[in-house]
Amino acid sequence: MKLCLVVDDSKVIRKVARRILEELNFEIDEAVDGQDALDACERNLPDVVLLDWNMPVMDGLEFLKALRARDGIEQPVVVFCTTENDMAHIRTAIEAGANEYIMKPFDREIIEAKFSQVGLL
Amino acid sequence: MKTEDFEFLAGMLKERSGLMLTPDKVYLLESRLTPLARKRGLDTLDALVQKLRLSREESLIRDVTEAMTTNESFFFRDNTPFDLFKNHVLPAMEKSRTSQKRLRIWCAAASTGQEPYSLAILLRENWIKWQNWNIEIVGTDICTQVLEKAKAGTYSQFEVQRGLPIQMLIKYFRQEGDQWRISDDIRRMVSFRPFNLLSNFIGMGTFDVIYCRNVLIYFDQPTKKDVLERMRKCLAPDGTVFLGAAETVLGITEAFRPVRGQRGMYVPSDGTAEKLMGLG
Ligand SMILES: C[S@@+](CC[C@H](N)C(=O)[O-])C[C@H]1O[C@@H](n2cnc3c(N)ncnc32)[C@H](O)[C@@H]1O
Repeated sequence: MKLCLVVDDSKVIRKVARRILEELNFEIDEAVDGQDALDACERNLPDVVLLDWNMPVMDGLEFLKALRARDGIEQPVVVFCTTENDMAHIRTAIEAGANEYIMKPFDREIIEAKFSQVGLL
Repeated sequence: MKTEDFEFLAGMLKERSGLMLTPDKVYLLESRLTPLARKRGLDTLDALVQKLRLSREESLIRDVTEAMTTNESFFFRDNTPFDLFKNHVLPAMEKSRTSQKRLRIWCAAASTGQEPYSLAILLRENWIKWQNWNIEIVGTDICTQVLEKAKAGTYSQFEVQRGLPIQMLIKYFRQEGDQWRISDDIRRMVSFRPFNLLSNFIGMGTFDVIYCRNVLIYFDQPTKKDVLERMRKCLAPDGTVFLGAAETVLGITEAFRPVRGQRGMYVPSDGTAEKLMGLG
């Protein structure tokens, strides 16, 4: 089973994402902000991170940059999942090393489509 | 709905578009035609049927036919037919058409355009190879409403997230308010026009590749057979046909055979296309 780390400061979003991803046979870990997510990666490196952008303490982009700067680890796939839905944000995320990008609101179909595009399904 | 009304509508739709309606689909008639009745200033579906019976008004028949089409589509739907196009069909065509440098592709149930645009994007991804070719991608559909959307090339946030890799969104789309519009370079590669699969194919010319996906499922066996056999006549002998995931030629016609091990891909029975495509 593949491990997906769901990073979002909204409990509701984490719950929705968890439900969809569990149905797709992922094991789920959760984090509430970028720092929390880095700690989670330290403990147990996920195969994929579903990543919100705007969060307190450390935002998604900072987390992504910190993650991609680490060497000596198997780099997880990172799929942004955010309400930021303009081209400038999308470009920034992809240039920083995100593999895919989901614009909220999302549903099961979008998660499924995006995860299969990056070869996780 | 009265049985005779159902039969009247089902008969008319079958004749007009090939759509097969079984009595368990009455709800579909009701949910799709009641809004149309209201738009036409009629109170009920019954009144609409009455009007159809009496007036046989062409524009009303057309609206009813269009309202009953299912137009769902998305970019790179099912992936495989597009991977096969990129990895097998195009390399074979590049070799076999090298002197004419001409390629004709037909999306025979193009709906809102995602299928032909996906093919155009794949060609564009390797443009150095194709820029000097004369490439024609024709998208046709019976429903004029979806063709308008296809021509405009604008899609909602939801639509661009179903099947389109983010890199391609960045490369080939621009944002217009809450919509995403496909770039003019891609848009210009595809032409759209109304066309009914039940009508005569003479005048369509010869195609190298035909995508006829997720439309035959709505037809009965004789109609499927008829459409496929006529399609065979406007396909090059080394051409390829792609059908939807729930469609096949098996048990329907001998004009085509499935390409072994490749889902959704068919070639003329007497053809040799597999060898060229490295799938033989
Ligand atoms: C489900 S869509 C398929 C779109 C696309 N090929 C795909 O697979 O994503 C089916 C389309 O077939 C069209 N259609 C139905 N009957 C037709 C007919 N007799 N001639 C041409 N198009 C037809 C409908 O209008 C609809 O847009």
